[in-house]
Amino acid sequence: MTHPSTTGPAPVLALKDISKSFGAVRALRDVSLELLPGEVHALAGENGAGKSTLIKTLAGVHRPDAGQVLLDGEPVVFHGPGDARDAGIAVIYQEPTLFPDLSIAENIFMGRQPRRALGRIDHKATHAATAALMQRLGVELDPDRPARGLSIADQQIVEIAKALSFDARVLIMDEPTAALTGSEVARLFGVVRTLREQGAAVLFISHRLEEIFAICQRVTTLRDGAWIASEPLAGMSEDDLVRRMVGRDLEELYPKQEVEAGEVALSVRRLTREGVFTDVSFEVRRGEIVGLAGLVGAGRTEVARAVFGVDRWDAGEVEVDGRKLTNGAPSVAMAAGLALVPEDRRAQGLVMDMSIERNIGLSGLRTTVRAGLMDRRAERSRSLDWAVRLQVKYARIADSVATLSGGNQQKVVLAKWLATGPKVLIVDEPTRGIDVGTKAEVHRLLSQLAADGVAVLMISSDLPEILGMADRVLVMHEGRLTAEIPRSDATEETVMAAATGRAAA
Amino acid sequence: MADTSLTRAIRWDTVVGALLIVVLLFSFGFVDGFGNALNLSFLIGNTLPIALIALPMTLLVVSGEIDLSVASTAGLSGAVMGALWNQGMTIETIIPICLLLGVVCGLVNGLLVTRLGLPSLAVTIGTLAAYRGIAQIVLGSDAVTDFPSQYLDFAAGRIGDTFLPKAFLPFLVLLVIAVIALHATPFGRSLFAIGASEEAARFAGIRVKRQKLILFTVTGLMASLTGVFWALHYASARYDNATGLELSVVAAVLLGGIDFDGGKGTLGGAIAGVFLLGALQNVMSLVNVSAQSQIVVTGVLLVVSVLGPRVARQLAVARAGRRAAAAPVSKAPSPTP
Ligand SMILES: Nc1ncnc2c1ncn2[C@@H]1O[C@H](COP(=O)(O)OP(=O)(O)OP(=O)(O)O)[C@@H](O)[C@H]1O
Ligand SMILES: [Mg+2]
Repeated sequence: MTHPSTTGPAPVLALKDISKSFGAVRALRDVSLELLPGEVHALAGENGAGKSTLIKTLAGVHRPDAGQVLLDGEPVVFHGPGDARDAGIAVIYQEPTLFPDLSIAENIFMGRQPRRALGRIDHKATHAATAALMQRLGVELDPDRPARGLSIADQQIVEIAKALSFDARVLIMDEPTAALTGSEVARLFGVVRTLREQGAAVLFISHRLEEIFAICQRVTTLRDGAWIASEPLAGMSEDDLVRRMVGRDLEELYPKQEVEAGEVALSVRRLTREGVFTDVSFEVRRGEIVGLAGLVGAGRTEVARAVFGVDRWDAGEVEVDGRKLTNGAPSVAMAAGLALVPEDRRAQGLVMDMSIERNIGLSGLRTTVRAGLMDRRAERSRSLDWAVRLQVKYARIADSVATLSGGNQQKVVLAKWLATGPKVLIVDEPTRGIDVGTKAEVHRLLSQLAADGVAVLMISSDLPEILGMADRVLVMHEGRLTAEIPRSDATEETVMAAATGRAAA
Repeated sequence: MADTSLTRAIRWDTVVGALLIVVLLFSFGFVDGFGNALNLSFLIGNTLPIALIALPMTLLVVSGEIDLSVASTAGLSGAVMGALWNQGMTIETIIPICLLLGVVCGLVNGLLVTRLGLPSLAVTIGTLAAYRGIAQIVLGSDAVTDFPSQYLDFAAGRIGDTFLPKAFLPFLVLLVIAVIALHATPFGRSLFAIGASEEAARFAGIRVKRQKLILFTVTGLMASLTGVFWALHYASARYDNATGLELSVVAAVLLGGIDFDGGKGTLGGAIAGVFLLGALQNVMSLVNVSAQSQIVVTGVLLVVSVLGPRVARQLAVARAGRRAAAAPVSKAPSPTP
């Protein structure tokens, strides 16, 4: 059955004619893929193309309906992620799956901690090993702090550290960089390059095309569950790749409209949350898109949470459209016209057990009401309307959001908040995990909202996105606002300088 | 990593509804003395206290909380009723006082849970003991029985010669209100969200703590109403009225498919669970099963009802998995549109 290639190195891991369906959804159709030792292989495709399904099939989470997984040319059947790991395959899944009550170190060395005499866990050694991993990744995370409350980016870092700790022959990464900023990505890539030189095979998924070109040698493209091509990246352009993924040419990725800024819609004055961020003041005007940049951990998300009211602030004040917000009261913020698209779609943005319809409906519990009762018709048409406008790819609107691909879940969160018709929209990583085509769509939408007079505050770790979309860029560093850069002056260098604290203050 | 799209293949509340019908039909056919109007009115009358408390309990469990102090609140309210009656107060003043007391009991639970962030299981086990203790202090070991006859008659009598207790109609009204509150209002919708993911609910602007406080308070109110009903129905106000009732309520609600982890279930299922339990208890009494053994049965049902929905779900997933594995999908001629 196996055909070891005679020209190059034999594939470590291969998929042959794999098919996988979920009910009526055919997530993978006869897909084949070969991972060679010493290569970083990209897996590209739109949201819902089947990338994560392919990875889960490789890792033994899903059983393929048909087809084979070949390890060193031999057919294998993984009965679960454990089997795959034992075979030397480390996987970083798209959604972090940490145990919130365990420490970072315990999460990483779950079930295989270094032991001392009598089988006692050697906490010192675990701690040291974790610290070493963190250093390799160039991040400062206390190995002993619990995973609960870690930002999405930090959770991803822990997942990466966990995968690296296995010293695997095959490393599979499903959008590991989606919440990371340039410097963390650079570190990760450094580590990946080392692994590759040591002969490991790496499968890498990202919707940031520049990352694919920076680190990968070959790319396999999927479209609607079907294999489109496997080819070397050398000689390809980003446009070529997009055409493979989408099947057509792409519109402008940053369709920024010039809008005359109106009066102040969001005003944040001297906002402080002790130990988290200090003395943060800024304004966002109607029609403006203001970017909020900074490294992971700079406090951007925390400011957004406090402004919206899910966290309390210790000092300062927030006004939306001239109305003072109550400390720690999201309902007041919503009533004033504020909307927050949170960074963690699975824990904060969505109720995973609920349907698409009801998730979008959750933001309208005050509006889709008639005579005190839920107006189900209005709820359905509101949800359908926005699901369609954002081109969510789903089978039925009453399906659980858990059945959607990551990017499509993100669209549902956006739909949920855009449906409220906000005056001020805060988006925290709005395009995390969204494919290029839809990214352009989301950008067009944000731009259109601004043109319609909405004030937009956009937190993003994707610097090109900030530079492409923002009228002004605010930069945070270690809990403080360190710079405000107008669009004309905003470049990768100026923003990164402020973000890393190198700016002349 | 279960295939979640398949989990609704079997709806547990429908299973329980069907089971209720089967038990009723069986009892009509095979249990002596079951089908006459008097026994049926006993069945319903004895089940009403469970049903009354099950209404708010369902909402509470859907939102991910629980109140185990309900039976003690009912007992306390009955004890206070008896004590005040002994003091010579009119029943028309006593009942509002008792209800108010229930509100306070519920409020205390609610504040302890929402302000101090304690788990409701622990809080209400504590107040379960505390409220019962207060009841004993209030009334001692007296039994007060001489309440006005028109009230006793309302709580124990039947509508004409039918099998329906007079108190059934007010219960129906409350049931309708509860169904609407849970399944047709934004409030009810928010409870499902809270139960399924409290954090996501907060990020959707839902006032989680306030909703929970309201629920605990209403539960206290309904528990004290049940206490008043109980004392009148059995014409006896004692400090130990309704002892252990919380077990039946929780068992019935879980049996009715309300997920103990919150976020899932229907009031219809819960009420079917309540009457299934009531019918079983009635039949067991008719065939002379001892009270102790009945408690064992309730306990077993509690375990079954927690396991049942899960097993049903797993079976559904497993079956779907086999189906998927058996289907020849690899060489389908054309892609689905
Ligand atoms: N457990 C499931 N149940 C039902 N459908 C599923 C399930 N998992 C995935 N799907 C469907 O399979 C298809 C492929 O999903 P998959 O998650 O593999 O996409 P993806 O390429 O990883 O997308 P993204 O870039 O958005 O992460 C989608 O249509 C999705 O809705
Ligand atoms: Mg994916």
